Amino acid sequence: MATATVPAVERENYLNKHYGVGSWLLTTDHKRIALLYLMSITFFFFIGGFFALLIRLELLTPAGDLLQADTYNKMFTQHGQVMVFFFLIPSIPAVLGNFLVPMMIGAKDLAFPRINLLSWYLYIIAGLMMLHCMLTGGVDTGWTFYTPFSTAFSNTKVIEAGLAIFVAGFSSILTGLNFVVTIHRMRAPGMTWSRLPLFIWAHYATSIIQILGTPVIAITLVLVVAERALHLGIFDPRLGGDPLLFQHLFWFYSHPAVYIMILPSMGVVTEIIACFSRKRIFGYTFVALSSIAIAVFGFLVWAHHMFVAGISVYAALIFSLLSYAVAVPSAVKVFNWTATLYKGSIHYDAPMLYAFGFLGLFTIGGLTGLFLASLGIDMHVHDTYFVIAHFHYIMVGGALMGYLGGMHFWWPKISGKLYPEGWARLAALIVFIGFNLTFFPQFILGYLGMPRRYYQYPPEYQVLNVLSTAGATVLAVGYLMPMIYFLWSMRYGKPAPNNPWKAAGLEWTTQSPPTTFNFDEEPVVTWEAYNYDEIDADHKEVTVVG
Amino acid sequence: MFDNFPLWPQRASSIAGNVDALFIFLIIVSGMMTLLIFCAVLYFAARYRHRRGVLAEQVEGSTPLELVWTIIPLGVFMVIFGWGAFVYFQSRTPPRDATEVYVVAKQWMWKLEHAEGQREINELHVPVGRDVKLIMTSQDVIHSFFVPEFRMKQDVLPGRYTVAWFRATKPGRYHLFCTQYCGTQHSGMIGVVVVMEPAQYEAWMSGTNNGPLSAAGEKIFAELGCATCHRSDTQGRGPNLIGVFGKPVQLEDGRIITADENYLRESILDPGAKVVKGFKPVMPTFQGLISEEQLNALVAYVKALGGPSQPGTRTAMSEGAAGKGNQVQ
Amino acid sequence: MSDSTTAAHTHEGLHNPALLHHFATEEQQKDSASFGMWIFLGTEVMFFGGLFCAYLIYRGWYFGDFAAASKSINAALGATNTGVLICSSLTVVLAIWAAHTSRRGLMLLMLALTMLFGLGFLGIKGIEYHDKFVEHHVPGTSFSFEHEEIPGHPGQYANARHAEIFFALYFIMTGLHALHMIVGLGIFTWLFIKAWRGMFTPRYYTPLEIGGLYWHFVDIVWIYLFPLLYLIDRHQ
Repeated sequence: MATATVPAVERENYLNKHYGVGSWLLTTDHKRIALLYLMSITFFFFIGGFFALLIRLELLTPAGDLLQADTYNKMFTQHGQVMVFFFLIPSIPAVLGNFLVPMMIGAKDLAFPRINLLSWYLYIIAGLMMLHCMLTGGVDTGWTFYTPFSTAFSNTKVIEAGLAIFVAGFSSILTGLNFVVTIHRMRAPGMTWSRLPLFIWAHYATSIIQILGTPVIAITLVLVVAERALHLGIFDPRLGGDPLLFQHLFWFYSHPAVYIMILPSMGVVTEIIACFSRKRIFGYTFVALSSIAIAVFGFLVWAHHMFVAGISVYAALIFSLLSYAVAVPSAVKVFNWTATLYKGSIHYDAPMLYAFGFLGLFTIGGLTGLFLASLGIDMHVHDTYFVIAHFHYIMVGGALMGYLGGMHFWWPKISGKLYPEGWARLAALIVFIGFNLTFFPQFILGYLGMPRRYYQYPPEYQVLNVLSTAGATVLAVGYLMPMIYFLWSMRYGKPAPNNPWKAAGLEWTTQSPPTTFNFDEEPVVTWEAYNYDEIDADHKEVTVVG
Repeated sequence: MFDNFPLWPQRASSIAGNVDALFIFLIIVSGMMTLLIFCAVLYFAARYRHRRGVLAEQVEGSTPLELVWTIIPLGVFMVIFGWGAFVYFQSRTPPRDATEVYVVAKQWMWKLEHAEGQREINELHVPVGRDVKLIMTSQDVIHSFFVPEFRMKQDVLPGRYTVAWFRATKPGRYHLFCTQYCGTQHSGMIGVVVVMEPAQYEAWMSGTNNGPLSAAGEKIFAELGCATCHRSDTQGRGPNLIGVFGKPVQLEDGRIITADENYLRESILDPGAKVVKGFKPVMPTFQGLISEEQLNALVAYVKALGGPSQPGTRTAMSEGAAGKGNQVQ
Repeated sequence: MSDSTTAAHTHEGLHNPALLHHFATEEQQKDSASFGMWIFLGTEVMFFGGLFCAYLIYRGWYFGDFAAASKSINAALGATNTGVLICSSLTVVLAIWAAHTSRRGLMLLMLALTMLFGLGFLGIKGIEYHDKFVEHHVPGTSFSFEHEEIPGHPGQYANARHAEIFFALYFIMTGLHALHMIVGLGIFTWLFIKAWRGMFTPRYYTPLEIGGLYWHFVDIVWIYLFPLLYLIDRHQ
C-alpha cells in the first residue's frame, strides 16, 4: 500500500491526466464515465425533486388550488418517470458500480469500455428526449402508462416519453451486460467467487435483472407507441384487445425493476457495515446467495400489482404466495447485517449513519410490503397512499440512503478529498428525520382511503398531508447539504490518503484518486474478503484518517 | 378519533372487521420485528462501539441461525398469506341472492342503475344489512370503485364486467373514490354511498317511477328483434334463453362454459366468439349499436328469465349440474 | 478466467495489435467478446419474447380469426425467405471457416453472398408488404377484412377486429425482424470492409464470429416467426 504522507505536488491520477472537454466526452475510463453519470443523474434528481415539491405544495390544501388538474397529473407522472428511469435505476450501478466494479476485482477497466461510454450517451439522448417531452407539453399517464388511457385517451406526449424510456432502457441493458462479462472474465488471479466483495455479488444480481427484464418493457413501449400512432387495438377492448395484457407485460419488467433499484444499495450497505464494524460480514454465503434469490424470485411476482385489476382469484393466490417467498431473502439480509454488528468495533462515521438509517427504513418499508402482499389487505390499500409510503420507504429510505452512504464512503477514493465529517453526520440525521416525517403519515392516509394521484381530497385528510409536506421541506434540506459540501470539498477539502477508513477491498489499495489504469501491477489475491482481522492487527499498513 | 383528524377509517361493512383484524395482526407482527431490529442495532452499536485497543471479534456465521431466521419468517409469512387469502376469498365471492346494481363508469362520473330500476349519478343508496352486488363496466378507460369504509375495491374495465359485493352494516354517508388514474378529473370522480335504514330505503325507492331494469331490457329485447331468433321454444335460429343464466353451456368447439354476465355481454357484442353447439353463427353483432346502459338492461332481462321457480323448459343446452351461481371471474 | 501472467504488457511485440489494453490476454478478450454477444442475444430473446407472448395469447383467444388472416399471407414467399435465410447462415459459417483457414478470397465471397441473401430476404419481404397494402390488410383507417371464411368452418366469417390484431402483430413482428436484418446488413458491410483491409487472420477473427452469432440469431427468430405467422391451420 502507499505511504502515509501526501506529496506536495499532485500525483498523476485519472482526473488530471488529461484536461479538456474532449478528454471527458470521449473517455473510455470507467472512472470518468462514472463521474459523467454522477453529474447527469444528479441533474435529473433535482428535476424529479422539483416535481415532488410541486406535488407536496399542492397537497397542503384539500382543494386543487395551486395547479390545474392536468398540470398536476403531469407532475406526478414525470416525477415517477424521472426518478425511476433517470435517477434510481442508473444511480448506484452507473456511478458507484462503474467506478468500483473493475477496481474491486483487480481489473484495469470494464470488459467493454467503449460500450460503457455508449451507454452514457444513450442515457443522455434519452434524457434530452425526456426533457424535450416535458418542456413541450409533458405526459400525464402516470409512470405506469396504463392502457387504454395512454394509448387512446391521453392528449399528451405519450409517444415521446415512451421512446425516451426505451432508449434509457437500452443504456441500462448495456451497463448490466458489461458488468456480467467483467465479473466473469476479468477477475484478478486469486479473486475467486467466494472472495468477491458482496457489492460485486449485488451488482451481478442486479445486472441479471437488467439484462433479462429491461427488454420486456422495451417491447411493451414499442407496442404502446405503435398502438397510439397507428390506432391499433392490441390493448383496446373496443378493437378486440385486452388492457390487462399491457399490465402483465408492463409489470413483468417493472417489478424486477424495483430490485434493480434496491440490490445495489444493499451491496453498498454491506461494504459499509463490514468496514465500520471492522468485521467480516456475518453469513457471507447467505448474503451472496440471497442477492441471487431476490433476482430470481423477483421475476415471479409481477401480478401482485394487479390483485384487484380483474385477474382471477386463483392467479391472485399464486402471486401472493410467491410474493411472500421473495420477502424471505431480504429479511435474511437484514438479520445478517444486524448480526455483523455483534462483537464488532463500531464507528459512527457518516457512511455508517446512512447504513443505520438504511437498516431501519428498509426494515419498515420491507415489512409494509408484507401488508401489500396480503390479498385481504391489498384489496383495501391498493392504489392508495399506503402503497406510495411503502415504495418511498424502500426507494428513498433504502436505495437513496444507500447511495448517499456509498457516496460518502468512496468519496475520498473518487475525488481524492475528504468531505467535512461534522456536516455529513448532521445531514444524515436531517435526512432520517425529514424522511420519516414525510412518509410515515402517508401510511395512515392510505389506510384511511386517500387514493393515489389525487390533487384534491376530503378535508379530513389535511392534517396528515400538511405533516407530510413539512417533512418534505426538511428532507430537501438534508439532500442539498451533501451537494454543497461535496462540491466544497473538491476545492477546499483535505487531501485524502489512500485508505482513510482502513477498509478491506482492492479499490483501497490504489491511490486516492486512482490512476487511469487503477493498479500499477496486476494484484494477486491470496486473502479472503473483509479480512479486517488482518488489517487491524497489522498497524503498519494503516494510514490515519485526516 | 377526532372528526377532522381521523386516524382510522370507520367500519361500515361486514368484512371491514376482518380486514382490520388482519391489518392489526400485521401491525403487531411488523411492530415486533421492527422493535427487535431497532433494539438489536442500537444495543450492538452502543455495546460494541469502538474502543481503543479492543479489536472486533470475527464471527464467521452460523448455518443453524441462518436456517432459523429463514424458516421462522417463512412460517409467519405463510400464516399471513393464508389469512389474507381467506379474507380475499370472502370478499370476491358474492352471496347468491344479493341485490344487484349495475355500474357504468366513465370519465369522470359514476352512473349506477339498481336492478329495481332507480338510477343514480355519483351516489349509491343501499339499505343497511342487505347484500349488494355491483356489476361494473367502463365506457372508456380503466377506473376503480373504492369505498374505504367498506374496505372494498375493484377495478372497473372497459369491454367486460367486473364484480364486487358488500353488505353495509352501519347507516351513514361514506366516500366513494375512483382509485385508478383515469385522466384530468380523476380526483373529481368521487361520490357517496348512502346507507339507510330499511324503512327509509323503501321510502326512497318508491320515489322513482322507473320500472325494474329487466323490464327496460325486455323492451330493448323486443325493439332490437332479438325475439325473432331467441324464441321460447326450440324452433328458433338462436338458443332459448330461458333459464340460461348461471348454467353450463356447450359450445361448438366442445368447450363447456358457464353463462355468466360476461358471457351474456360477449354474446351480444361478439356473437361469433362462442357459438352454442348445434346453432349456426348467424347472429349479428350489436357492438357500437347499443350503449352500456342498454347492454346492462338486456343482461338484467336475460338473467331474470326463468329463475329456479320456473318449470324447466327444454333448451338447447346440455343438462348438467347447476352453474356456479352469480359469480363472475 | 484471467491469465496469471503479466507478460502481455511488456509490449514485446508478441501480442496481436488488436489486443486491447485492458485485457491481459487475447484469449480473455475473445472470450469476453463472445460472452458479451451471447448476453446481448439473450436480451433480444426477451425482447422478441414479449412480442411472441402477446401473439400467442391472442392466437389462443381468436384462433379462427387468426387462421383466416394467416391464410391470406403468402406462405410460399415466406418459405422461400426461410430458405434464403438458412443459406445466408451457411455462407456466414463458411466465411468464418475461410478466415480461420486463411482463405481470403472465399471469405470475401461468402461475406458478399451473405449480404446478397440478406438483401434478397428484404426484397421478398417488400413484395409481401406491398401485397398486404394493396389488399387493405395494413391496420389503420383503410383496413378491411370482410367475408373471409374461417378455415374449416364454411359459412363462418372472421371477426375483422380480431384479424386486424393479427395483422398488427404480423407487421410489428416481421417489421422488427426486418429492422434487425438491416442492422445485420450494416454490420456485415463493416465486416466486409475490414476483411478487405486484411483485419482478419487465423489468429484474430473475433468480429466475424460475433457478427455471425448475431446473424444466426436473426435467422432463428425468423424460423420461429414463419410457422407461427404463416402456417396457422393450413391443413384445412
